[in-house]
Amino acid sequence: MSTPAAVRVWESHFTLYRTIWRSNVLGSFVQPFLYLLGMGLGVGALVDRGDSAPALLDGLTYFQFLAPGLIATTGMMISAQESLWPVMGGFKWQRTFHAQAASPLSPGEITAGLVLWQSTRAAIASTGVAAVLALFASTRSWGLVLTVPFAALTGLAFAAPLTAWAATRERELSFPSILRFGITPLFLFGGAFYPVSQLPDWLEPIAKVTPLWHGVELCRDAVHGRLALADAIGHCAVLAGFVVVGWVLARIAFARRLAA
Amino acid sequence: MHGDLDQPLIAARAVVKRFGDFVAVDGIDVEVRRGESFGFLGPNGAGKSSTMRMIGCVSPVSEGELRIFGLDPATHGKQIRARMGVVPQLDQLDEQLTVRDNLVMYGRYFDLPRAECKRRADELLEFVQLADRADSRVEPLSGGMKRRVTIARALINDPELLLLDEPTTGLDPQARHVLWDRLYRLKQQGATLVLTTHYMDEAEQLCDRLVVMDRGRIVAEGSPLELIRTHSPREVLELRYPAGTNEERAIEVSGIGHRQEVLPDRVLIYADDGEAALNEVHHRGSHPESALVRRSSLEDVFLRLTGRSLVD
Repeated sequence: MSTPAAVRVWESHFTLYRTIWRSNVLGSFVQPFLYLLGMGLGVGALVDRGDSAPALLDGLTYFQFLAPGLIATTGMMISAQESLWPVMGGFKWQRTFHAQAASPLSPGEITAGLVLWQSTRAAIASTGVAAVLALFASTRSWGLVLTVPFAALTGLAFAAPLTAWAATRERELSFPSILRFGITPLFLFGGAFYPVSQLPDWLEPIAKVTPLWHGVELCRDAVHGRLALADAIGHCAVLAGFVVVGWVLARIAFARRLAA
Repeated sequence: MHGDLDQPLIAARAVVKRFGDFVAVDGIDVEVRRGESFGFLGPNGAGKSSTMRMIGCVSPVSEGELRIFGLDPATHGKQIRARMGVVPQLDQLDEQLTVRDNLVMYGRYFDLPRAECKRRADELLEFVQLADRADSRVEPLSGGMKRRVTIARALINDPELLLLDEPTTGLDPQARHVLWDRLYRLKQQGATLVLTTHYMDEAEQLCDRLVVMDRGRIVAEGSPLELIRTHSPREVLELRYPAGTNEERAIEVSGIGHRQEVLPDRVLIYADDGEAALNEVHHRGSHPESALVRRSSLEDVFLRLTGRSLVD
């Protein structure tokens, strides 16, 4: 019985994760949980008192508006981290990718297994956040089940291109900047904390082409049972586009680097 | 068993490896037969590792023809790698995992069933004398032990060909001997070993046949003994004079033996009879601080062929 190569590569990442998951799994949803409490309850109390809130938030309370978006942002955050230093390490420090390349695995299979793993990590973390939302009556819904694959897809839309990019780097000096000037701004301006219609007009279209906005919309609509099929397909198609392009680039970058 | 038994496991004809304008391997011809232990000997930058990476089917050949198990790496890399074990120059172990998990994980890359991986891992750890460390993490192990884990890992797919890129570089003498002993055992069991080294003693210990590489080219080929016989007289007289005076003192002893090499720290005199050469030195009234007669080694062959020492 043979197992697909990408799954066997995924297994090796999982084996490693088993040794660190205790210290890791909690950390991956403590942060969203704090945002949920701090912003959702604190800022929410202010927002919900305002006159324009019901119209802007589509009739949701601020807590209801914010909470599902955090599932998507968690997917993004985890995936971004998984695709920077671990990718550099696989080439330079632990040299795992080189070890894999010496086996029958091809660069394409090595990348596929990695990307599969990165989406698993995003799924694990977003499951944690979704489980927390299930504790609150105002966000408890069957839609939460859907948010996990949506968040994983959102994460992958970041992981695949970032992995491709990280694989071309000789040094990791630029990685903190990626998080600071790429991921954190998206976290703040990607529509999780307020509707992107509140952004300046020039910024709104930019926010809407980033993967995060699509992920946030998917999760929010799913939780509140208002996800139209056409919208879902549209959002998923955009995210899938990022994944496919990123993955193709990652395969090329891995093949080049491993053959050097 | 795959293919013809008489067919060479590795056949390279005029193989070239270029990185941009830099020529790392400059047209080498090599043939390695089943059961043989073959070495690439040379200093850093001679092109040994580039050659190994081509044979390992991770780095494509720029020019020339390379066949491994009779197959072309460009089209059958996967199949070739499935039948090969690789011990890379730098350890690539997952330090957080246990010794056994490292082996099992690697076995999975070859699509071996998990239970089979475990069975083989235990067997191989027995072989590299690390059975008692199977469940400890890799991180705290010594350099020599990690190297043995890497060797065990490379054997997990029961390879027909084992590639070792500088297997003992950076290890202390005792660890090297333990490793040599294990590799020698493998060789006796009929394994085909291909290794690179810049250590003469390693090449002499392990290789049935070797090529000496320098600047991407093969400058000599043969068994260690043949190479020494062909390229160096039987004995070497090593003379040490006070620092910085070697050049002038060498004149005092010129003409003794077949030829001489003046190194920064000593003068080497190549002769059939080292003791006789030493008598002649004394006879001429030259008084080195120390004198030593030893047998010729591959180090001398290398010096003869390239005019340079192997390890700077």
